Amino acid sequence: MEFTLKTFIFYGFALLTVASALVVVTVRNIVHAAFSLMVTLFGVAGLYVFLQADFLAATQVIVYVGGILVLILFGVMMTSGRLEMRLHIERGQLLLGGVISAALLMLLLTIIANTPKWKNLSDDGEQLEPTTRRIGELILNGQFLLPFEVVSVLLLVALIGAALISRKEVRD
Amino acid sequence: MERAYYFAFVEGDFVVLPLHVLIISSIVKILIIAHLLIIGVMAMIWSERRVSGWMQDRLGPNRVGFQGILQPIADGIKFLFKEDLIPNHVDKPLYVLAPAMLLVPAMITIAVVPFGSSLTIFGHEIPLQIADISIGILYILAITSLGVYGVVLGAWASNNKYSLLGGLRSSAQMISYELTLGLAIIGVLMLTVVEPGESALSLRKIAESQGKALWNWNFLIHFPAFLAFTTAMFAETNRLPFDLAEAEQELVAGYHTEYSSMKFALFFMAEYMNMIVGSAVTVTLFLGGWHFFGLENVGGPVWSGLISFGIIFVKTAIFLFVFIWVRWTLPRFRYDQLMNFGWKFLLPVALTSIVVTGILWVTTQSRLLVGIGNVVAAFIVVSIVAGLLVMNKTPEPATPELSGLDAIE
Repeated sequence: MEFTLKTFIFYGFALLTVASALVVVTVRNIVHAAFSLMVTLFGVAGLYVFLQADFLAATQVIVYVGGILVLILFGVMMTSGRLEMRLHIERGQLLLGGVISAALLMLLLTIIANTPKWKNLSDDGEQLEPTTRRIGELILNGQFLLPFEVVSVLLLVALIGAALISRKEVRD
Repeated sequence: MERAYYFAFVEGDFVVLPLHVLIISSIVKILIIAHLLIIGVMAMIWSERRVSGWMQDRLGPNRVGFQGILQPIADGIKFLFKEDLIPNHVDKPLYVLAPAMLLVPAMITIAVVPFGSSLTIFGHEIPLQIADISIGILYILAITSLGVYGVVLGAWASNNKYSLLGGLRSSAQMISYELTLGLAIIGVLMLTVVEPGESALSLRKIAESQGKALWNWNFLIHFPAFLAFTTAMFAETNRLPFDLAEAEQELVAGYHTEYSSMKFALFFMAEYMNMIVGSAVTVTLFLGGWHFFGLENVGGPVWSGLISFGIIFVKTAIFLFVFIWVRWTLPRFRYDQLMNFGWKFLLPVALTSIVVTGILWVTTQSRLLVGIGNVVAAFIVVSIVAGLLVMNKTPEPATPELSGLDAIE
């Protein structure tokens, strides 16, 4: 594989993702971990760009970085505003996490080993069109319309349920 | 095949440019726009103080240079020479990082906003836009959502209760109004005309599709969505009447209470930069971009490009004046009012605009009918919501408690 500007940037993103992910699991301060997780998710969005999945890259940032992680930070701050907020890690958690991570790693390695030929998207000069339009057509032209609607109704139910549970009961 | 990579996400005119022209023109454009932003921030600070002075029947800064125009430079020098104080009780890494976390998103959003049609130099037609990516709108929404981090992390790292309260308010507000911001654009995207293989999410395409006549300008077709979008943008930039995050009477200075010197200046600059970029985005999405009654086609290929830049510049400037105007006209909302307004009025209006635009466009294909239908539907929805609120009104407690943690709930 020749070393082009592209590979250089790719490894930059890969390094960013892995290094910040390591920080997430090693650092004790929970807000620092959350901040590092933001960098990880951002790096993953960058990797999506290299897969020419433009829509996925943007959605990754909007949903995970701009939505979920902010809510996590928000929750941490609401519960404890102090700087000394530390994570306590028990040995059992460490073991469980290690086992799950190892299993996931094995799974991914098996898939990598069993894939006969990787398609290189950029080197054969193929210009892929933006994916956003294709995704929209697939959803709205009926092929995935029902699953899409079912998922949206499910999310709506979850939303209303969460609002109902978290609401204080008003007594007269 | 380097090309395939460089242009993977780039559409339209870029593809015909040779690589060296692309790189050189991009660097030049980035330099010009970055400097314009900084100068724009200084101009905004000066005009904000002068206009507020004018509105309040006083003078404002008018001593440094002609009419005080060099005042922001004097302020900048002052900021640079102030001691950069880092209190002992802060979380140092995040405290230092936070101002940049706010300024960088504000700055890189401008990359996808077109600042003119195109300019022909040395036989190359160069589009006046740093990067015309196929997911322009999504990129803007994604980067805007990053802005919350600067506020939240700065507030938390300051280890100060006023900062924390300001940060919490601000992040809740930004998350709430982001929804309206995103939903209000969808109607615009529905009516954007594109060829097969092009993306309607590109800001250039949105601006181009408003080119035919004034009746194609999106703010006329989607008037309620335009109002909702603009209001949400005021909230996103933490400007009065939505500047709960830095309500001086309650929170000292909000999330940047502990900041001094150039770090404070960065927060300040980020706010103004957000305003400028937000105005430019609004102009592109709703106010016709670089189009103005055919004026953008006057002159040769060079002049028309420069004129189109001038049109965007003037439109953005007018919109920025509205920002200042509103700030010195309207008082601040109370926090519960802010949340109620965002969730119970703006969000329904934005949602209605999607439904009505979709139905009317499919059935009638008439922009006029879509425009009228949008206004009527928004009026009905707002009336219904207001009616429901009046009917279900619970008696307010005699003294509403709005201090401490209660204020952010």
